[in-house]
Amino acid sequence: MGISRRTALKTLIAAGGASLASAATAHAAGAEAKLKCAHCHAPPDAVGLLYDSTRCIGCKACMVACNKANDLPPDTRLSDGRWQMPTDLNEYTKNIIKVYQDPDTGESAFIKRQCMHCIDPACTNACMLGALKKRERGIVTYDADLCVGCRYCAMACPFNIPKFEWEKLASKIVKCELCNHRIAEGKRPACTEVCPTAAVVYGTRHELLDEARARLAAEPDRYVPKVYGETDAGGTQVLYLSHVDFTKLGLPDIGEDSVPEPVRAVQQAVYRGFIAPVVLYAVLASVAIRNRRHPHLPENDAGGGGNAGTRNKESRS
Amino acid sequence: MPVDKFEFDYAGETIGEHLVRCGVSRRRFLELCLKIAVAAPAGLTLTSKVHAAELAREIARARRPSVIWLHFQDCTGCSETLLRASEPDLAELILHLISLDYHETLMAASGADAEAARHAAMKENAGKYVLVCEGSIPLAQDGTYLTLAGKTGIDTLKEAASTAAAIIAIGSCASWGGVPSSGHNPTGAVGVHDIIQAKPVINLPGCPPNPYNLLATVLEYAIAGKLPAVDALKRPLFAYDRVIHDHCPRRAHFDNGRFARSFGDEGHRQGWCLYHLGCKGPVTHASCSWRHFNEVVDCWPIGIGAPCYGCTEKEVAFRVPMFETVQPQTVTPPGTYAPIATNQGHVSPIATGVAGAITGALVAAGFMASRKIVTDEPSAKTPKKE
Amino acid sequence: MSTAVEGHSPVGGPFVTRPMLVLLALTGMAGLLIVQRFAFGLGATTAMNDGYPWGLWIAFDVVTGTAFGCGGFAMALLVYIVNRGAYHPLVRPAILTSALGYSIAGVSVLLDLGRPWLAWKIPVFVWEWNLHSQLLEVALCIMAYCVVQWIELSPAFLESAKASPWPWLQWLGGALLPLVNKSLLLVIALGMVLPTMHQSSLGALLLLSGPRLHPLWNTILLPLLFLISCIAMGFGAVVLETSLSSRYLHRNSHTDTLAGIGFWMVPIIGGYLWIRVADLWMRGQLAALFAMDVFSVMSLLELGLFALSAAMMSTHKLRSHPQTLFRAAMLCMLAGTLYRFDVFLVAFQPGEHWAYFPSVNEILISVGLVAGEIAAYILLVKTFPILAGRASAATAH
Repeated sequence: MGISRRTALKTLIAAGGASLASAATAHAAGAEAKLKCAHCHAPPDAVGLLYDSTRCIGCKACMVACNKANDLPPDTRLSDGRWQMPTDLNEYTKNIIKVYQDPDTGESAFIKRQCMHCIDPACTNACMLGALKKRERGIVTYDADLCVGCRYCAMACPFNIPKFEWEKLASKIVKCELCNHRIAEGKRPACTEVCPTAAVVYGTRHELLDEARARLAAEPDRYVPKVYGETDAGGTQVLYLSHVDFTKLGLPDIGEDSVPEPVRAVQQAVYRGFIAPVVLYAVLASVAIRNRRHPHLPENDAGGGGNAGTRNKESRS
Repeated sequence: MPVDKFEFDYAGETIGEHLVRCGVSRRRFLELCLKIAVAAPAGLTLTSKVHAAELAREIARARRPSVIWLHFQDCTGCSETLLRASEPDLAELILHLISLDYHETLMAASGADAEAARHAAMKENAGKYVLVCEGSIPLAQDGTYLTLAGKTGIDTLKEAASTAAAIIAIGSCASWGGVPSSGHNPTGAVGVHDIIQAKPVINLPGCPPNPYNLLATVLEYAIAGKLPAVDALKRPLFAYDRVIHDHCPRRAHFDNGRFARSFGDEGHRQGWCLYHLGCKGPVTHASCSWRHFNEVVDCWPIGIGAPCYGCTEKEVAFRVPMFETVQPQTVTPPGTYAPIATNQGHVSPIATGVAGAITGALVAAGFMASRKIVTDEPSAKTPKKE
Repeated sequence: MSTAVEGHSPVGGPFVTRPMLVLLALTGMAGLLIVQRFAFGLGATTAMNDGYPWGLWIAFDVVTGTAFGCGGFAMALLVYIVNRGAYHPLVRPAILTSALGYSIAGVSVLLDLGRPWLAWKIPVFVWEWNLHSQLLEVALCIMAYCVVQWIELSPAFLESAKASPWPWLQWLGGALLPLVNKSLLLVIALGMVLPTMHQSSLGALLLLSGPRLHPLWNTILLPLLFLISCIAMGFGAVVLETSLSSRYLHRNSHTDTLAGIGFWMVPIIGGYLWIRVADLWMRGQLAALFAMDVFSVMSLLELGLFALSAAMMSTHKLRSHPQTLFRAAMLCMLAGTLYRFDVFLVAFQPGEHWAYFPSVNEILISVGLVAGEIAAYILLVKTFPILAGRASAATAH
């Protein structure tokens, strides 16, 4: 039995309508799901950094120490070899101090940027073979042996952290790994060790949050009343305190949902248990096989033409 | 009249005993120790003492080391630099702290007497004296470019080194060949440690070197009985562990991009960084930047506005042109900062043009091709449906 | 010699023609530039940067190229599911385009990867699979689909083998052809499930960049929109290649059959437009659509091109006019391409201080790869029974 054109058209329209309706439901359900981020619990031994912009004096010792601890050459490309002068995180720079200056008000602040070690990272969701993965202590680490250099992690990260080695031939991804190689030896991340004012400190996320809240309570005039990273992007293990708006410092306002949450929602809805693709296959295969037994001949259709019509009897594939 | 035997009546006496014998008051001795404590660089046993009194006790207990000072292919600049020390001054050094048993420029004797004095001192203090060498040793033509008292420099050195406890090569010439080794090195000039490998050699390069580096090394040996820690080129770490660039008073100017561009210009007058005038500070290990000369502040090349030429370094001095800039070995951030957002990536106008041309060409080609699409069969026109 | 079986036959004719020489020259140029890419690295030869880690090769070669290659998918749906046997002659060439398109996309991926020699780990390292990764799903599906397409095409090669003068080839053809034919429907069904999965996942890829995706394109319906538009583009590709083959390779123009395809394209494009606009309305983005900034203009252009394409196929008279149909198909392809470029390169906003435009090398490599694909298409249709029918009398000379 063939499907008449009319029926097929109606089916298409109905399908379109149904999908739109389900989309509307998805929108509503999505809004509901946003309030509960199932994946946003930090691991119990999660460690991180607390950076207090008001304590930073911009000495950049952390930049020098980071390159040294990670065996990275300094980025001297813009200075003819004379200074370590990156303008952003890049393949030679896992940690950078930037300055915010308002020309009108004279307001200024330093900001230290490096990987946020999100609780529910976008990059680990993206990575095909898990080269980027949250490993011990919730640190997002990188295993180059599992990396094909696809750069999907760089596309995914809302903070634009993973950087690619554009200048090399066996290009890897470069980003702060919280000096996990030093932590494994019982030391602290290099940046925290050299900071002269303890503007950046290392500890468990729990301790750092307590400390941050204590500082906010003790000196409310000194800070914007928020710990950036407490809930941003579902919570990050690197926390910030600042005197100026975080957005002015380049820390985006992306809300409290973790970035991979909507993607996982779609995946769950469609691919849960891989049932849908298997069912689809079964349906398509059975329809195709049944259709072969009952081919739709052009003569049956109120239309036709074309010299292909005479071959239907033998039409296989 | 020739003297064939010298009696050193202070043999075996400690510095303390010697000072008493010379009538130096305790107060003057403490002042001397204070000067040493200030002058000698940190990181030595003797400067780990906290009080001048402590230092005085250590020094008083020590024996005056016998020092034999040999000159080779030198300009005597290294001896001259010693003369410019005043806190403590050379007299205090050679009279109270060391026993300078042979020094061609300073000793009263000459000729056969001088030679006799040297042999006597070497024999008397065999295995205990410190041999200080000034000047390079020529190897070409079997070393005949330097012949003194009938012996080549090589032989004199080997003989003196054979019974020395330690050897200090003072100055760049004795350390690695210095000026005589520049250019084609016609005399085959080399440093002491290229000839003597069996004994410990300390190199104190510099042209001239800072006299306190010698003082500290000798005193360390005298008081602690050991030589200071050295790097791979046998230079004491207390003076040669860092490059001038990493301890330069003008570093802030470098970090902030303030450079003198020509002698006498505004930047030069302002005392800005001399990097672009060819300063070799970034590649020169020495202590000049924090231990100036003649005990006068800023009395050192960069301090008076003359770029460093790298006199301690074999690869730099007399080889790299004076005004050629060098690459810093360790690179640190400048005094400026990256802004929150820097423009990165750029749109190449050529690429845009190429892309536009290709897209346009494809669309046009498609359109042209479409005009040639014809139907080859008369369409069996059936109304409306398919 | 005739290997015409069931209405397919090789085109024959000389391989070396002027157009072929041009195509091969372009391909050769791309080859040289590919050597340069591997000798000097991606930073030196492309304009991609840390703000735009994905550039032309992903947006065009992979995402758009595979959409162009959805002809096999679309025709399979039409012939085997909607059961329109009349379109059957167009299936095989569509599968060829599909197989070539996906193969070129695979080559482009290997060029784009920073560590392509580890790509074998993707299908093999099952224990390391991150099942949450959309890109993994895309990669595995595309690899599988590419293989499936060549299997679906294999009857053409096997038929040729069977009719060839060499006995071992004859034996090969004779042995394998019945096997393939028997299982072909099962393979074809796979060839419909796989693109459903990965074409929608290609859209879902950028969902992960949500915070940095412009609201005019950032919707949970991205997978659906990609799927629908790829089917439309697949049909469009079939119209284009059939028309061009008929003109330049002297085959029947299948005017009525193509008109039928045009008929099916209209509701698909219509559905896409409806969902797109309704989604914008539901997310409160209609104002943004008409804001007349770069983003709004690009969106309107996409919608306009699709709408125009559908309009040009909306009546039977229009569809039956081959030139109009051809132009409408072109517009559909253009619109779909623009949509994909927009999602991957325009909507993706790493920050105002980042800029990207593909370098000349990137562009020329893409051009050369497409030229190579076309050259391969021509070579294969001349050698193997892929195109339907025999040389048409009207256009033969």
